[in-house]
Formats: sequence, structure tokens, C-alpha cells
Amino acid sequence: MAITGILSRERAEDRTLGTEHPENAPLSIDDMTVAYHHKPVLWDIEYDAPEKKLIGIIGPNGAGKSTLIKSVLDLVPRASGRVLIYGHPYAQQRHLVGYVPQRESVDWDFPVTALDVVTMGRYAKIGWCRPVTRTHREAARNAMDRVGMADYASRQISQLSGGQQQRIFLARALVQDAQLYFMDEPFSGVDAATEKAIITLLQDLLANGKTVLCVHHDLQTVPEYFDEVVLLNMRIVAAGPTRDVFTPEMLQKTYGGKLTLLDEAGHALARARRR
Amino acid sequence: MNPGHNKHTRRRPAGVRRLYTAALILLGLTLALPGAEAVETRSITDTTVALPTVEKLVRVLSFDDYNLRVVALGSMMLGIAAGIVGSFMLLRRRALMGDAISHATLPGIGVAFLVMTSYGGSGKFLPGLLTGALVFGMIGMGLVLLIRTQTRLKEDAALGIVLSVFFGLGVALLGIIQQLNVGHAAGLESFIYGKTASMLASDAWLIGAAALVVIFLATIFFKEFSLVCFDQDYSNAQGRPSVKLDIIMMSLVVVVTVIGLQAVGLILMIALLIIPAAAARFWTYKLGRLILIAALIGEVSCLLGACISALAPRIPAGAVIVVVATGLFIISMIFGSARGVVHGTARHRRVRRTVERQHLLRALFEWNEEHAVPGKPATDAVVRSGMPLGELMQEQSWTHGVLRRAMRRARRDDLIRTGGGGRVQLTIEGLAAAERVVRNHRLWETYLITHADIAPIHVDSNADQIEHVLGHAMVAELERLSASEFPGRVVPPSPHVITRTARPAATGGGT
Amino acid sequence: MDWTVLDTWIIVSGILAAVSCALLGNFLILRKMSMMGDAISHAVLPGLAVAFLITGSRASMTMFLGAAIVGVLTAVFTQWISHFGQVEESASMGVVFTSLFAIGLIIIVRGANAVDLDPGCVLYGAIELAPLNTVQLGGAEIPRSALALGAVLLINTLFVVFFFKELRISAFDPELATTLGFSARLMHYMLMTLVAVTTVACFESVGSILVIAMLIVPGAAAHLLTDRLITMVLISVAIAVVCAVGGHLLAITGPGWIGFSDMSTNTAGMMAVVAGALFTLALFGAPRYGLVSRWLHLWTLRISILREDILGVLYRVEEHPDASNVEVSSVLLGNAIGAGALDIRVAVCQLLRGGQLKRQGTHFRITGSGREKARGLVRAHRLWENYLVEHLHLAADHIHPTAEQLEHITDTAMQDQLVQDTRQPDRDPHGRDIPPALD
Repeated sequence: MAITGILSRERAEDRTLGTEHPENAPLSIDDMTVAYHHKPVLWDIEYDAPEKKLIGIIGPNGAGKSTLIKSVLDLVPRASGRVLIYGHPYAQQRHLVGYVPQRESVDWDFPVTALDVVTMGRYAKIGWCRPVTRTHREAARNAMDRVGMADYASRQISQLSGGQQQRIFLARALVQDAQLYFMDEPFSGVDAATEKAIITLLQDLLANGKTVLCVHHDLQTVPEYFDEVVLLNMRIVAAGPTRDVFTPEMLQKTYGGKLTLLDEAGHALARARRR
Repeated sequence: MNPGHNKHTRRRPAGVRRLYTAALILLGLTLALPGAEAVETRSITDTTVALPTVEKLVRVLSFDDYNLRVVALGSMMLGIAAGIVGSFMLLRRRALMGDAISHATLPGIGVAFLVMTSYGGSGKFLPGLLTGALVFGMIGMGLVLLIRTQTRLKEDAALGIVLSVFFGLGVALLGIIQQLNVGHAAGLESFIYGKTASMLASDAWLIGAAALVVIFLATIFFKEFSLVCFDQDYSNAQGRPSVKLDIIMMSLVVVVTVIGLQAVGLILMIALLIIPAAAARFWTYKLGRLILIAALIGEVSCLLGACISALAPRIPAGAVIVVVATGLFIISMIFGSARGVVHGTARHRRVRRTVERQHLLRALFEWNEEHAVPGKPATDAVVRSGMPLGELMQEQSWTHGVLRRAMRRARRDDLIRTGGGGRVQLTIEGLAAAERVVRNHRLWETYLITHADIAPIHVDSNADQIEHVLGHAMVAELERLSASEFPGRVVPPSPHVITRTARPAATGGGT
Repeated sequence: MDWTVLDTWIIVSGILAAVSCALLGNFLILRKMSMMGDAISHAVLPGLAVAFLITGSRASMTMFLGAAIVGVLTAVFTQWISHFGQVEESASMGVVFTSLFAIGLIIIVRGANAVDLDPGCVLYGAIELAPLNTVQLGGAEIPRSALALGAVLLINTLFVVFFFKELRISAFDPELATTLGFSARLMHYMLMTLVAVTTVACFESVGSILVIAMLIVPGAAAHLLTDRLITMVLISVAIAVVCAVGGHLLAITGPGWIGFSDMSTNTAGMMAVVAGALFTLALFGAPRYGLVSRWLHLWTLRISILREDILGVLYRVEEHPDASNVEVSSVLLGNAIGAGALDIRVAVCQLLRGGQLKRQGTHFRITGSGREKARGLVRAHRLWENYLVEHLHLAADHIHPTAEQLEHITDTAMQDQLVQDTRQPDRDPHGRDIPPALD
């Protein structure tokens, strides 16, 4: 038998052992492929997030980090695969999930105050057609207090600095009172003070038994911030505790050598399927 | 398999572009003179039209009527100009700009009428009215740009504001004009819905001349316009300021809109700017051709619309022109050779058939591989007898119909033979084809495992998806990457356990 | 001018229609879908026409339904064409509504003999005639159109009040709305349905331009005036009311002003004009987002930078070894800084008044407090130059313009940071002294 056969069989066995999904993992992704316009951008994602951990999703530009989060949240359709949040499909578990989108995706001229934005985190709890009451606003104020933004409650959002805007989004995620948080580049374009505030907050969440997945691009701070990392480049290169996985070889594998052929194949696939 | 991959990057010499334009103008003229066959090529199934008399039909179709000839020529030129300008607007993602601009021209007409009558002239002097429309169109365009760039309001709101306020003003002015004791004042309303049939020869010449200027300018700025449409920032960096080009481009839109007022009216003018261009996109990926086709569609729509409304004068020509254009749009959307729905479906089906055939061949090949005695060529008795149909059926998740269809086609091409007892075997050609297929499949699987770290249990399905679209260059690249793994082998061994749904305890892959 | 009960009813219908539209319009604008209002209001024409041909009456439920269906179809078709044909959304909207409008126009013109409906009245309405068609209600004669518009206003108000939260979140952040379980798509189609219904109700009395104008303009003006969504909605309603009242008054009296006395014109058109005027007012005069305040802000910023530049120039002149011979006039200043004479004069006046500059004949000298200020600036400038050379590796002859811009926004905390990052230099890359920090 050729060498590849032996190797692959071994690997197959390794992987097969790993595909036993834990019963109640905060997030378990099974064989997920995501395609934009028929072009696969994530291939065969297989991942179980450990509970009560701060997990960094790391990879080069175009690796599909945001896409991973969005497809888990049903914002981007999956081509195949299954996603479970605490053992059930996302649609049933919305209340357990908090999401902090990238700041770029927001219309900053929108006529809302910082407090309004934070209150939006409570909307799911309030439900259809019911008005926002004082208690909800109180909760929002508390969350703003926690991120050090209490004084800015009545500011229109465009009048806040980048770091302040980011903190508002975090506060919004806080009032959602979720178990599992997805954050898309919360540290991008923020000042040092905000960065510190955010990391304290994340530690806080962790201490309260939450699980946080963060898309992150600053490699330097990874070991300091995250217990676990997922190295992503169109597929999961490695995932696990930071000290095991965050190694030069793995990084080289993630960042070095773009999978041109895979990319090209994706294009060809898209061309063939496009209608 | 996909040689068309590079077609977008190929350059088109500048001479060809000029040729296009020349062809365009020539086309317009040749259509105008004999005219008749252009009308016969397409029929409009408009049931609401009362049947015209034969005599009238003949007169229209032969362009006997001088007036009709003039009208047809004028509106054709309009269609060409609108198609060209509209293409740029569509690519610039400003399709609705024409909407705002055309509505904004109405008060210009009202003001021009009032001014001309108060100075004792005829209020319906067309160049005067069009000048008024032009001025207000420009003002409207300027306001849209001002609101969009200087305030927090977005483009859509800017368009809506200019459109509605200017149109409201226009309607109010027309309300005043209607009460004046000046003859023919009511005719101004034709600018809203258009009145092609009442076009005078002088009007047609004016429209034709203006359209020629627009076509000429669009040709001159072709390079700049296409750059700014494609990549605004790059255009700025190249010293082609997008703002200035935008203003030129939109001025052309204003001019086209104004000359179209007479023919189709201001509300339907927007249709002529959008529909031909949007329809043309279904036929081509190339800018030059897009513009040519858009111009052609605009031209045909206007010509047919003018003829139909000449046959049945009680139908507003503008509306007919737009309905014809919409018909062409729907035809394009369905049958378009580049992005049309049918074309896409056909290509989809072709791909699916290839996939089915390759699955069939691979299944047979792997069965052979499995049953061949090591060391002996694949002429063994078991192999020669062929794969039982029942096993083949369980091989892939295909239905009876799909498998039968795939087998029928493969048999027709002499790739497989069906032997006795419901067994299927590969022919000599079939074996060669199957070798190629399996080779690609396994190369790709190996790549996925070694380079993309995809779990072997998943590669089969992934390779399944991709192998059918591998181009020659990609196969070569794959071979290069995995050359060291199995030197000199025609068909590499499968890098994973070949599982059969029917027989879970499958024998090992490879030899 | 004789005011009659008709005029009152015209204004009432106008207010009802305008407010109904303005309420929804706010959310169209915030969702960047204003043109959908335009598209729907044009596209319902065939629905109206077909329903009209079937029933032969202008106030029937069929007509209402027909148009509402076509209105929603416009949104659906737009979606389809842009999805299946991969056409940009605004273009597919343009294709759909113009086609539908053209079809409607043909139907109306062909059927106009049989029925009394002309495209003109659809387009610019017949608000003046609307009050003539009345129904008895509780002893009072109420125009049918006012009744229909009142019902629509009620529906829209209830919609906005009950779904305020959902409308806000799905407009602000559709993705978040969807993750929270409020389907942004569902909200979109609900909004589009109401726009279609409102459009149809308004058609009867006020025509399509008014619908578009009232959908977009009050909300747009309100958006320029406030940062609160509730306030925006309220302001837009107020603007709508003013438009309705002002529009009718202007329609009666306006023609007289421009020399056509004893005439009146189309109320709907004039309402749009009033809306335009109010928008223009907001566009220029809005406190924070208006053009005037914007320009004023930019101008004061320019002057304050100019003030600092003048101090900087004078400080550098003093620094020069043979400073005593150099005399700086305002012309010289203008040349050195490259600013217009008027701006220079304003800046110099402000400096003289602030006591940072004193005049000696035609020349200027820097005073003590001016020197303090200038020192800070020059210090910031030279610190930045060091920083740019050291950290961004820019060539020393390229850094001046950048440092020139940065010096004006540098406070003492930033200066300290710069000093730290550049290891406490005492000279800039050109070898000039960096003035010490202020005490």
C-alpha cells in the first residue's frame, strides 16, 4: 500500500475518534461547508467548542473567519453540514447566543442613541409588539456602566469614538444575557483603554460561566487573551488549547502557502454551478 | 475543460471599439431606409390593439408615410442613445438617476412655456421647451449630488426628494398653464406620457442630432467611463476624477432624457435608460458588446413602438415602446446567451450529465480494481463478466432513472456494454475514460488530504464535487504536487477506504 | 378668496394622506429604500386600472385590493429579477415599475372611453374633487376619501406604534434583528404592503407624486434635524401637516403671487413644493447637519488653524538669528501660509483681540501669551516630525505637511506620548531645537 494510504488511514482513525460530538457543547459544528455564490469559502468545518472558554478564531484575510460566525448564526446559508448550540439547532437557541458584529456594517447616521442601541439587546426578551419598559432600560444602563459608557447614554452613535462604539456593542451583547457569545473583531480599531476594558469584560463573562468566540487578527496578543484558538484558513487547520495549537508550525500552515488550487477549484465549481 | 476562464482579461483593441460605433450608426441608417424587414422579424402580441386595415398596415410597414419615416428615425436614434448612456449608468450602479432627472425636467418645461408666452412667442416652440427641461434636469442632477455628498442622507433619499419635489412643482405649473387663455397649452401634458406620433420632421432632426452628439461623446469617453464604472478609486488615482466624469456622464443622461420627453414622456424615459441596458447584460460579459446590444435593444424597442402606435393611434407610443422593451428584457432574461436563465439551466444540466457519467465510470472502474486478482491484468473472468447492476445501483445515491439515463448515454458513446445477467462492463474506450476520471478523482483526494487537511472520511464527497470541474492546468498542477507520492502510476491508489453503502465491510482501497 | 367647507375637507384629506405617508417614509429612508416608495406608487397603476375596468367604480374595495396586490408584487418581482437575473436591485426595481406603469397606461388609455379615469388624475390626483363624493356618517356628510385615508392613517399609526421596536432594529441592523428572532425580511414585506395600501388610498384623492413626496421628503428633512428616531417620526408628521395646510393655501393664492391672479392650481403639486421648501430650509438651516452649520463649522476650523499657523510663523521668525530685521506684514503672512486675504484679516483680528498679537505700524509682533501658545505648536510640530521619521520611516523632506496638520490636534498628553516614543529628543530631523514643554 502506498504511503498516502497508510498515512490517511491513520489520520482517518484519529479523526474518527474525534468526531464523537460531546452532548452539550456550547457550539458543535459538523461537516459544514459554506459557499458564496456557489464558491466554497469554508470546507468541511468540524468543530466543538469547549465550555467556559475564551476562544480566538485566527487566520489570514479571506480565511472565512467572519463567514464562520455568520453561517453559525444562519446569516449566511450553509451548503451542507449541521450546527448545534448546546445540543439544539440555532433557531431554538437564539436566546442563548449573543452577537457582536463588525463595526463597519453599521449605518452610523442612524437616529439612535447609545442607550437605544444597547437596549436592542433586550428586544428578543421583550418579544414582538411589546414596548420597551423602564426595567429594560435599566438593564441597558447597567450594562453600559459595566463597559464604562454610562455617561454617554444619550449620545447619538456617530458622536462616539471607535472604541466607544465598540464598547456599546459589547454592552448590547451583555444585556442579551447569553451563554455563548460571538464577536467579530471586537479589538479592531480601538484604543488601548478600550482594549483593556474589553478584555476585562471578557474575563468577567468567562468567570460567569459564559463561552466566548472571538474573531481576532492580532497574533501578538493571542496567547495573552485566549485559552483556546481555532486556526482557520478555508478549513480548520488546528483547534485546541492555545499552548498546544498556537505554535510556529501551525501558524506557518495557516498563514503560509495559500491553497491556490483549492481556491481555483472553488472558482471552477462556482462557474459550473452558477445559473 | 474550462478554457473560457481567461476571457475577461483579454484586451480588445481600440480599433474594434470604433468599429462598433460605426457599425451602430450604419445599422441605424440601414434600418431606417428599407425598414420593412425590421418590423417583420418580431411580432408583438398585443391583443388590445384593434386590428388596423390592411391598407394602413402596408403603408406603415413600407414606411410610405413621410411622417412615420421621420418619427421612426427620430425614435430609433433616441433608443440607441438611451441604450448607450443607460449601460454606463447601470454599470455605475446609478440606474435610478435617470428617474430623478426625468421627473426634474417637468418644471423646466412649464417655466419655459410661461417665459416664452409672456414674451409673446409660441409657448410650444420645441427647442425652447427642451432648453428649459435641460436646465432643470441639470439643476436636479446637481441637487442630487449636493444632497448625497454634503448631508447624511443617502443616494436613494436624494433621488426621491428631487424627483418628487420637482415633479410636484411641474404639476403645479402645468395647473396654472392650463388655465391660461393660450392656445394648445394642454399639449404640454404630452411631455409626461409622450406623443411620438405628433413628432414633426424638425423635432426628429433635433432628436437625431442630439442623439448623435451623445453617441459621439460616449465614444470619446468610453475608456474613462468604463474605468470609473469599474473602479472609482483607481480612476481617481489615475487622474480621472470620478466626480467630473460623473457629471459628464449624467449630463449625457439629462440630454438623452430631454430628447426622449417628446417620444416616450418623462416617466417612461427611465425605462429606456434602464431596460435595454439591463437586458443586454444577459447576452454578454463584455463592455463593448454590452453597449452595442443595449443600443440595439433600445433601437428595436423604439422603432417597433413607434410603428405600433402609428397603427393604433389611440395607444400612447411611450407605453408601447416600454412594453416592447420589457418584452425584449424578458426574452433576454430567459434566453440570454451569457446570463440567461435557460442558458444557465442548460449548462447546469451539461455539468450534471458529466457528473453522472463520471460517477458511472468510476464505479465500474473501482469494482474492476477490487475484483481483479493482483498481478493479473484486468481481463480476469470475473471482471470480464462485468459489475452486477444491483451493486451498481447501490454504488451512488442515484435513482433508477438517473442511472438508466447515464447508462443509456454511456452505451450510446460505446463506453460501456451490458452483458448477460444484468451485468455492466467497461469497453476499451470506457476503460481509458474511466482511468482518466479515477485518476483525477484520486489526485484530488490526495491533494485535499495532504494539502488542505480535510479528513479522509470527507474527501470523497469533496473530490466528487470538484473533480468534474478540474481543468487541464489544474490536473497538471495536481500531478506536480503529488508527483512524489506515486511516481509513474497511471491511476494512483485511493487514499482512503472505499466504502460501499451496500457492503460496509469493504475491502481495502488500492492494490 | 372664498373659504368653503370644501377647502376644509381638502386640507383634512391632505393632512390625513400626508401623515400616513410620512409615518412609513421614515423607515423607508432609514432602510435606504426610498425609491421603493416611488416604484410602488408608479407600479400600482395597472392594478388600479384593471380593478377599475372590472368594477367601473373609483371607490371600490376591488380597486383597493387590485392595486395593493400589484404594489406588493412590485417588491416581489424586484426581488425575483435581481435574484434570478443577477441584476442590481435598483435596476431591477426600475425595470419592474416602469413596465408595470406602461402596461397600466395602455390599459387606461384603451379603456378610457368606457370609464372615467384618466392617467392624469392618477398621477397628480384630484384632491379638489375628492370632497364631492360623500357618505353619510352619524348625521354628518363626510367625503369618502377622507374616510378611507383616516382608516389608513389609523392602520399606519398602529403599525408604527406597535412595531416601533421591530422597525427600528430591522432598519438599524437587519442581521442583529434576524439573530434576535425578528425576521428583517418579514418586516420588509410588511412595510412594503403598507406602503402599497397607503399609496392606493392616497391615489384616489391626491395622486402619486404627492405620495412619493410625502413618503420621502418629511422623513428626509426630519433626519437632518434630529438624532432620535421618535423625534424624527414626530417631526416628519409635523412637516407633513404643514405641507398639507401650506400646500392648499399656496395652491389657492400662489398663482396670484406670480402674476396669475384669479387662478388656482393643483393642491397636490403645491404640497410637494411646500415639502421641498421645508426640506431646503432643513438642508441649509439644520442645527447640526445643515449645510450652513457645516460650512460655518469648517470655516471656523479653518480660521482657528490659520490663527495657530500665524503664531507659528511669527514664532519661527523670532527664532531666526536675525529676527530683529524681519518685519512681518499681513501680506507677508498670507504669502507664507497660503491663505486668502480675508481669512488672514479675520484670524489676525481675532488674535489681536485675544492679546496674542500686537500691531506695530503695518507689522505684527507676537506677545507673551501668543509666544506660549506658539511654542506648544512648534513643539508638537517638531515632535511629530521626529516621530514620523523614526516610526514611519518617512524621508525628512516629506514630513513637514503631515506634521503641519497633526500639530493642530495634538494636546499635551499626546505630546508626552510622542516624547516617550521618540526617546526625548531635543532637536527635530532638520536639526532645529524643539521648544520645551509648557509649564
